Order: sequence, then structure tokens, then C-alpha cells
Amino acid sequence: MAVTGLILIGYLLAHMYGNLKIFAGPEAFNAYAHHLRVLGEPLLPRTGALWILRAVLIVSVLAHMYAAFNLWSRAHNARGGTRRYYSNKTRTGVQRTYASYTLRWGGLVILLFVIYHLLHLTWNIIHPGGAAAEPYERVVNGFQIWSVVLAYTIAVIAVGFHVRHGVWSALTTLGANTSTLARQRLNIGAYAVAGVLTVGFLLPPFAILFGFVD
Amino acid sequence: MARRAKNYRNDGDSVYRLFYDTVKGGDFRARESNVYRLAEVSVEIIDQCVAQGVPFAREYGGLLDNRSFGGVQVSRTFYARGQTGQQLLIGAYQALERQIAAETVAMHTRHEMLELIVVDGRARGVVIRDMVTGGIETHFADAVVLATGGYGNVFYLSTNAVGCNVTATWRAHRKGAYFANPCFTQIHPTCIPVSGEHQSKLTLMSESLRNDGRIWVPKSGEDKRDPRKIPEQDRDYYLERIYPSFGNLVPRDIASRAAKNVCDEGRGVGPGGLGVYLDFADAIARLGRPAVEAKYGNLFSMYAQITGEDPYQTPMRIYPAVHYTMGGLWVDYDLQASIPGLYVTGEANFSDHGANRLGASALMQGLADGYFVLPNTINDYLADGPFPKVAESHPAAVEAVQAVRARIDKLLSVNGSRTVDSFHKELGRVMWDYCGMERSEEGLRKALNRIRELKKEFWSDVRVLGTNEELNQALERAGRVADFFELGELMCIDALVRRESCGGHFRVESQTPDGEALRDDDEFAYVSAWEFGGDRRPVLHKEPLFYEYVEMKQRSYK
Amino acid sequence: MDITLRVWRQANSRAKGKMAVYKVNDISEHMSFLEVLDVLNERLTLQGEDPIAFDSDCREGICGMCGVVINGVAHGPQQTTTCQLHMRSFSDGDVIDVEPWRADPFPVIKDLVVDRSAFDRIIQAGGYISAPTGTAPDAHATPVPKRDADRAFDAATCISCGACVAACPNGSAMLFTAAKITHLGLLPQGQPERYSRVVGMVAQHDVEGFGGCTNIGECTAVCPKEIPFETISRLNRDLISALTHGGSHWPKAAPRRDELEEEEDDIIGF
Repeated sequence: MAVTGLILIGYLLAHMYGNLKIFAGPEAFNAYAHHLRVLGEPLLPRTGALWILRAVLIVSVLAHMYAAFNLWSRAHNARGGTRRYYSNKTRTGVQRTYASYTLRWGGLVILLFVIYHLLHLTWNIIHPGGAAAEPYERVVNGFQIWSVVLAYTIAVIAVGFHVRHGVWSALTTLGANTSTLARQRLNIGAYAVAGVLTVGFLLPPFAILFGFVD
Repeated sequence: MARRAKNYRNDGDSVYRLFYDTVKGGDFRARESNVYRLAEVSVEIIDQCVAQGVPFAREYGGLLDNRSFGGVQVSRTFYARGQTGQQLLIGAYQALERQIAAETVAMHTRHEMLELIVVDGRARGVVIRDMVTGGIETHFADAVVLATGGYGNVFYLSTNAVGCNVTATWRAHRKGAYFANPCFTQIHPTCIPVSGEHQSKLTLMSESLRNDGRIWVPKSGEDKRDPRKIPEQDRDYYLERIYPSFGNLVPRDIASRAAKNVCDEGRGVGPGGLGVYLDFADAIARLGRPAVEAKYGNLFSMYAQITGEDPYQTPMRIYPAVHYTMGGLWVDYDLQASIPGLYVTGEANFSDHGANRLGASALMQGLADGYFVLPNTINDYLADGPFPKVAESHPAAVEAVQAVRARIDKLLSVNGSRTVDSFHKELGRVMWDYCGMERSEEGLRKALNRIRELKKEFWSDVRVLGTNEELNQALERAGRVADFFELGELMCIDALVRRESCGGHFRVESQTPDGEALRDDDEFAYVSAWEFGGDRRPVLHKEPLFYEYVEMKQRSYK
Repeated sequence: MDITLRVWRQANSRAKGKMAVYKVNDISEHMSFLEVLDVLNERLTLQGEDPIAFDSDCREGICGMCGVVINGVAHGPQQTTTCQLHMRSFSDGDVIDVEPWRADPFPVIKDLVVDRSAFDRIIQAGGYISAPTGTAPDAHATPVPKRDADRAFDAATCISCGACVAACPNGSAMLFTAAKITHLGLLPQGQPERYSRVVGMVAQHDVEGFGGCTNIGECTAVCPKEIPFETISRLNRDLISALTHGGSHWPKAAPRRDELEEEEDDIIGF
């Protein structure tokens, strides 16, 4: 869980960096997309590096999902069924973060979004706002529609919460949380990564929606 | 806290000195040889505990820190942040779990011993009740060891855990084991007072509080002002007044009895007038609040948690409470009771503390008995084996099981009008009033009569609901309280016979002209070992005490 | 003050339970929560109703025997044990929900009493230092840095009450296990068995059926001894070291609860 989660966070940071290229104009963005496909040539065949990356990502996502399911099922059994306490006075816990509370459902939201996201922008199967050959146009076409931006926003916020708890939890699981100071730093770090990702991912679609990029 | 004569401080500590302090502290009513052995093995206990991973306090150099504590003048107490006892227990518990994992010990949690099985004069097994299912089981062995703790809960309110009881040792006593010095109980002066009728338990605070706190009551019982508003001239710092040289640091028994006296005069404070002030105002003014906080912070917050009062602002209230019982089953030097094959360790036996126990030595004795004494002495007995196997159908076993069943049936069938706890509370009150810190012939006779009446009433009017075949906590308690009645009676008889003031036990008929305790070594330098008398009076066996190495002296703290 | 208690009643581990409502009047704010249950039990007994079963022993917050979930929080509104919770933490007229620890490895025995022997078996899987009596070296032979001794102590204050499990949304006992691992793992005496200990105890933790830890932190928020969260990370660090340094040769976990029950009772010493 921790290792795959950190791999995925690393990927998200790179992905966000690519997205922000949109502010550099169509050429830069399209060149970046193209560059990803020829990365490593001629050592690797065309899209070779990308496939290696994809393989790692697919394995990580599957392992991450498997671990999540395993944890959920163990928790379900350990709690002794669905209705644990009859009292509904402290439903949201004593101190737990909202991020930890939304981890599992948020994860599902992200999963559904990723499928949609791949259909839209990677495989070019669905075309909200009109089909286009170049990635830049695809992005701009899509994000001119408010409902697409809304769906994207919900997903990115879910990612933000997921990452906020994820970074903290992954590093704790890997043994990096062994003092009060480390705990403070980890919390700040988790908020920072989650904040950067959320803002970084939301900038392009809103810029497009409000016409700063076209 | 746990004491060992390690002399890590180079302050002249030695086995002899620990031995001497313990004999003197016990007011010359402990067996000298036992105490010497205790002092000898004390040095190994700390090694054993450290090896087990007990996190004792360390100095910056990584070596063990130690303190002076409990009325001794050398630093020999190793400590672990005010919860040494608990840490030693966890160490022993983990060692026990290791043996369970190795399958050398079979653990039966939620089981209670209700009868001892004696075959051909030897202790050969026990009858136990599974407290979850109510199943009555017998277990047989070559020897039986009781490590079942003290009986302080005969007073209902004590600093003992509410589950502590005398049943295991009392059942053994009824089967022939002598009960020694039952009236020797230790009353600790710095407990948090009772707050009302509902009180189920008293909480002990460290005696170290007396190092900086000043104890006082208002001069007049009528004075019901807020303690902060009572001016100096209307306060009576009674310990400083009566014992000018020791002041607030007089030994436990003296501090306790003085508190009782001022409360009996009607000058006690707090609910029911059962409390005296322990005031830190002077200490805070002298040392500053941070220093007081550093020293006593955890005790102050414990007090605040329980009473809801802030001891930094308003004086603490304290009152004595039963803390430990020096009496217990009589054992010989090998810790063997008067029934061959029955061994008794720790607080359950009577051996090492005489009439008064010094601070931090209960743990020392419990660990010494269990780790170092018993493993050596019981071997001697086992060497006589192998003993013939005892069958479940042996008449002694059958009889013991039947007795247990009959008793449970009886308790469940009375169906009277009073709860078990109401009897226990009333018994405790009688014991506290007449067999506590101060005893008199008249009071003890009154108590004996009252206990006998109560016992009769208990067996005809107690109400225990439910069945045996379930978790039935009222039934468990009923059996224990029934045994407490019999023990209480024996305690009063023992106190009645001991017409001397010794240790923490002040006998009004035996006092100096200025009202201090007067020990009577000519008449009472013996251990009273009581044999169960059945329906007749118990029989007293005297074990005379000889002191070869420590000269018998009268204590004086004036 | 007058309060209303809604208490979980369950006759035994097989029976179905339900919440029952009791009014308790004229209680003092100085009473501890358990003393309110005492008072209620006295009344129930006189009315001929089965008193409520609940565990308690020392009643001064150090034995770990007591513990109920009060208004959905393990040990109730104050971060202390249930016996140290006083009624001044509540107000007149409050309705208070009282339930047992809930976790599959902690079956309810009756009412508010649960069986926590799963914790014992976790300790049996390595929560000790093998130091046979009489073989110990002098206590001063091995200095322990004060910082390590203090941190080991912080972890050693665990009283095994089980509040961490009751509070954990995953039903995990990681804080308990981590406290034991940290206590022994920080001391030099605990080093030789450090890695076998963590592998054995974590394996047993999982075998008992406790959930996995997702670092939510509810455990530390209710822990009456304030065992720090960092102990969990220490456990993880040791576990990773153990698994990367030799993996499978560490001992396997102790037998399961149901396997244990079938064994012959064989008493050695009593």
C-alpha cells in the first residue's frame, strides 16, 4: 500500500508538471506529449519508456487496489460486522482527519474518474466538446464544458484528500514517523504535497473554462 | 518503588542495613531469619528485572537512578516514574507469557480457586470455578502454591483492587493451614478521602507528598471557612506541634493515627469530616510553582482528576486508608504452610514485614519469594516424590467439590432482601471503626458481636440473582464476602488477644503516659498462628520471636 | 444529577444483545462512572433484575481491566480509563450510551465484559525478553541511554486495556503491539530478540483477526496512557528491517485460539 501509493504520487507530480505545460502554449504541450512517446530513443523503441512507465503504473494501481480491498475486508471482519456501535454520538471519530475518513470511498471515486479520464484524453474514445487530433485541442475542447470541469474538480479534490492521508500514512508505514518532530514535519509535508497536486491539477481546467487559455 | 541493598550510591548501604531497617520497621514482630534472607536476595531482584526489560529510571550516564524513600536514610529505591510496581508486574507477566508459549505453564484466566484438596495430610490440588461458564473443575498436583495477595478488602474500602479477596487463603486456612497475625494491617496516611456513600475504592498518593506538604486542620471544628481564608492562627499543624523533631515526616502509622484523632475530635475537613489538609502553599511560595510541579505534577493531576479540585490553588485533602496486610497464612522458612505441600508467597503469607511494612518492600518480598526463594525450597519437598496419583473420585476431592457446589447453591437460594455489597460495606465499616488504627477491648468485643450477627443475617438475607452457569459477578462477590466475615472475626479475636500497641496498631490499653504506642515485648514477642476451630473457637499457636542480631528497641519520634 | 443510561445487554457470547434504557437519579458529580454502574446494579438487584456485568479491578487507572465505549468513544469523553472518569464530565439530564469494546477478536462474554485474551497470545508470540531467573548480569553492567530508557518507558506504560482496538476504525491492535515492540526494542536487553519479536507478534496480531493499521490515529486519541503514535512507526521500521534481513527464518506465530482450546489441560505449578 505504502510503496505503490508513493509510486502513484510520484507519477501524479510528473503528470501535473506536464499539465502545467498547457500555459506554455499548444506547441510546447503537444511537444511534451510527443516527447513522452519518443523518450529513451534510440535505446528504447518508440513509446518504450512510456510502456515501461505504464506497466509500473498498472502494477502499482492493481497492487494498491488489492491491498486496499484486503485492508477493507480485514477491517470489516475485525469490526465484527457493519453496525459496530449503536451510539451515533461520535460518528466521525475523536480526532481523525476528514481525509482519513474519505480514503476508501474517495479511492473509488478516483478509480471511476481514471477510467473516464483515460477514455477521454488518452484513448480518445469519448470526445466531450468535440474530437481533435492533437492533445492540446482535446484538452481545451473538453474543459470548455462546465460539467467536465466539475467532474474533474471533484476527482482532483478526492485525490487531494487521498494524498493528504496517503503521504502521511505511507511514510509512517515505512518507519519515518518516529518522533513528535517527524510527525509534525510529515503532516506539513502531506498537506504540502496534497495542496500542490490539487492546485496544480485544477489550474489548467479552470484557466480553460474561464478563457485564459484557448 | 522497589528496594534493594545495592549500595550503588556508596552511601553505606548493605545487606545488613536493609535487614536492620526492615526488622526495626516491622516493630520487631517479623522473623529475623526470613528478613535477612530477603535482604540478601534483594540485590538479585533488580538484576533480574533489568534483564527482563523493566524500564527503571536512568541517569544521564545510562546507569540506574535511585532514591531514598519510605523512612530509610539511604538511596536504595529503584523507581520507574511512580509506577514501579506496575512495571515490575509487567516484567513478570511477560516472563509468564513466555512460559505459557513454551507450554511449561497452563494459564486459566477468569478462574477462581474455591477449595483446597488435602489428601493424606498433604495439599494435592484445588477446586476452581470457571467464572464464565460456572464449571467446577478439579486440578491435582504434587504441591500447591498460593500467590493470591492480601485481604485488605475486608475493610471494603482500601487501596487494593476491588477484585482482591481472601478466599484462596481462607479456604486453605479452613483446611488446616494456620493464619498468622491476621490483625496486622497497614494503614497508609496519604490517600484521597472518601467523597460519599457510593465510594468503591480509595486511591493512594505517594507518601513523598509529605516531604513538602504541611498537614493541618482548623483549630475549631466549627470552622467551616474555605481553607484559603483560614488565617494561620486558626490552623493547627498538629504533626509539627506534637512531633516537633520529625514534624510532617513521622512514620506512616503515627501520621495515620494522628489524622484519625483530629477527625475523631470533630476537626476533620471535607465530606463527612474525614480528611485533613495537606497544604502546598508554603512549598509553592518557597520553591516556586514550577519546582513543585516538576516534583509532584503527576500526583497533583491525579488528585485533580479524582476530586475535581486544583491542589495548586486549594490544599489537598487526605485521609488514611488500608493499604497492605502484613498478616497471612503462616509459613516456615521454606514458605511452606502448616499443611505439607502447600506453599504461600508474597502478601498472601505473613513472613517478612512484622507489624508494619516499610515503603517499597512489598514488591521486594513478592519478587524475592517468587523468583529466588520458592524455586529453591519447593524442590526439597518435591524430592520426596513421586507422590501417588490422586483420582478425581478420591473421597477428599469429591468432598471438596461437593462443598463448593453446596455453598454456591446456598448463596443462590437465599434470595433475601439485601445486596452483597451492602453487607460488605457494613462489615468494612465495623472493621475500620474497631479493628483499624486504634483498638480497644470494648470496641473489639462489640465488633465481634456485630460481625457474628451480620454473618448470620448474610446467610439468611443476602440476595444473589442469576445462576451458577453464567458470568455472575454478584455470586463471585458473595462467596468472597462470606469468607471476609469469617476472616474479620478472626482478625478481631487476634487483635483482642494482642494487648499491646505495635506497628500501626494502637491498643488503647497499652500506651505510654503521654499517649504514645507501648509495645510489650515480654508478653507479645510472638507470631500468633491461628488454627481453624470450626464451630468452636480458633486455636492460638505461638511462634516465639528471637532477635539475635538486632536489639529490640522502643520506637520514639518525639 | 439525573441521567439516563442506554446500556448494551447481552446474556452471553452466543446471545443477541440489545440496548436497554435505565434512569439513574440523584447521583453525585464526584462519583466515578463505574460507581454509577455499581449504584444501578444495587437497584437492579433489589428489583430482581439481572445486574449489568462489567469488568473493573484496581479502579485507579493502572490495571487495564475496565473499559467501555461511552457515547461512541472508548473510555468516554476524557482521555483516561473508565474508572477515572467522573460524573462531573457529564451534565444533568444527559443520555449516555454504554457499549462494550467491539472487535471480532474480543468476543463479548456478557453485557460489557469482553474476552481480551487475544492480547495475551500476541505477547506470547514474542513480547518478552528471555531472561531465565538467576542468570541475570548485574543491573549496572549494561548502561541504557536516558533518552532510550525514557522512550521505552513511555511505551511500557501500556496497560493492555484494548481501547486502541475499540477506537480503531479498522479494528486494529497495532498500537498495543507497537507499544510492546517499542518498549523492548529500545532497550539493549531486547536487542537479541528484536526482529523475531516483531515478526512473531505482528503475525499473531493478524492471525487473531485484528484489522490492518491505516495510521488514522484514533487509538492514540483514546489511549489512557497516551502511548505515542510514533511507536507504530517504530514497529514498522523493525518489521521492514526484519523482513529484509532474513525473511522467513524468524519463528512462526503461536497457535490460534481455537487450536489452544483443544489441548489437554496440563498444570505445572499453580
